[in-house]
Amino acid sequence: MNNSLYLRRRLINGFNLTMSTLAMAFGLFWLGWILLTLFGNGLEAISWATFTQDTPGPDSAGGGLLNAIIGSLMMALIGTLIGTPIGILAGIYLAEYGQRGWLAPTARFINDILLSAPSIVIGLFVWIAYVQYIGHFSGWAGSFALALLVIPVVLRTTENMLRLVPNSMREAAYALGAPRWKVVTVVTLRASKAGVITGILLAVSRISGETAPLLFTALNNQFFSANMNQPMANLPVTIFKFAMSPYENWISLAWAGALIVTMAVLILNVIARSLLKKEST
Amino acid sequence: MTTQNATAKLTVRDLNFYYGNFHALKNINLDIAEKKVTAFIGPSGCGKSTLLRTFNRMYDLYPKLRAEGQILFNGKNVLDKSVDLNMLRAKVGMVFQKPTPFPMSIYDNIAFGVKLYESLSRSEMDDRIEWALQKAALWNEVKDKLKQSGLGLSGGQQQRLCIARAVAVKPEVVLLDEPTSALDPISTAHIEELVHELKQDYTIAIVTHNMQQAARVSDFTAYMYLGELMEVGATDDIFTKPKRKETEDYITGKFG
Repeated sequence: MNNSLYLRRRLINGFNLTMSTLAMAFGLFWLGWILLTLFGNGLEAISWATFTQDTPGPDSAGGGLLNAIIGSLMMALIGTLIGTPIGILAGIYLAEYGQRGWLAPTARFINDILLSAPSIVIGLFVWIAYVQYIGHFSGWAGSFALALLVIPVVLRTTENMLRLVPNSMREAAYALGAPRWKVVTVVTLRASKAGVITGILLAVSRISGETAPLLFTALNNQFFSANMNQPMANLPVTIFKFAMSPYENWISLAWAGALIVTMAVLILNVIARSLLKKEST
Repeated sequence: MTTQNATAKLTVRDLNFYYGNFHALKNINLDIAEKKVTAFIGPSGCGKSTLLRTFNRMYDLYPKLRAEGQILFNGKNVLDKSVDLNMLRAKVGMVFQKPTPFPMSIYDNIAFGVKLYESLSRSEMDDRIEWALQKAALWNEVKDKLKQSGLGLSGGQQQRLCIARAVAVKPEVVLLDEPTSALDPISTAHIEELVHELKQDYTIAIVTHNMQQAARVSDFTAYMYLGELMEVGATDDIFTKPKRKETEDYITGKFG
């Protein structure tokens, strides 16, 4: 055995290990700090009233986030309901039908752009295409903007997950004389079910924290409203507005809202991970 | 070519196959005898699997692959554009190298193919599934857990499940593409016995890397090399007195 060669390899190994550990620690440090600050301020601010009262007006005491929570839930739900089927169907097209021709590669490329497009662009687009057209901000406009954010995420994960299904499984189904739609719906989609659901959950957690696309579409609403044709309260814009205000109760509600959004995203991610894990064992 | 006093189920004439520009099968002429086992042997990359996959047009799933020539099955050329691929594949079943149970129960794995072409009552379906599992020598091991996932079976059981699945749709031909290469010796023995059983009702074509296996299970053997069919004949003849030097070299282990 060549000892100097071995020593050299060990040194390089030690160096690489140290650097990657440091990089990880650096990232975790900021994450930890953010979470610590968030929990410190958020837990103090959160109370029963946060979930039972509407957002307070300027210069009034107390108040909660009920209208913002409900608005966020409604718009995220409708955005997901609109975006998910489109994303799944398009993902199926790309993975299962689009091997030949130019349409699939083009669609995939455009989807990649959409996936990384700044969300404020999506907000502006819906503002031009819809809000200006009907003449006022509305919950629907917010949902449409969120749906546009859901589509590329769901599309990408659906396609990737379907591609993970081994071709041998597809061939086995075709070899029984199954038509393509049967192969897709009964075999491959079922085989990648957990992954597709994970994609949807990740998309939901992405949109639940988005501020920019709502700023131009749903705007905000100080009062409770479940009318999708009216401006609608939502957590991100409320946090944005309250955090920059001079009122103490607003600022503390902004912390409470930030904590709620973070916890929701965290829970969704944990569910997504455990789903994937269950599938892989 | 010779398939002594047996009617041909599949007749291959002047078959050429291309992967893009690569000429993978060269002028193949061959008869596959009805209700007999025909084995394809040859070194890796010789085109045996490619040939098998032309019989049910499996290659059609992928772009840039094409076959020219004739493969007559029940009097029709399966390479014709007009052939209904799903009907063809229902009649020419296939089992692959790796077991590929679908992510569903054992029962549904088998019912999947049957439901495509027949509408059976619940009890008829139950009977069919028992029949197929009996055929695949798996019934006794799984009869109490038909509702459990097919993924929970051992490798050998999974492969027999795949055979049951292929048999359940009552095809006329069963193609086996190295069905035992991922299995242990005991499971392999099970499957070889099964091949003996199945040839009473089905025409079987099997690709194998294992020459002893070809000798054990087949009535006819075809030796392929570099995309050409070197020699085909009764298995006994091929293994005891091959006509060509290349065949002899391969079966005696001089190369391959």
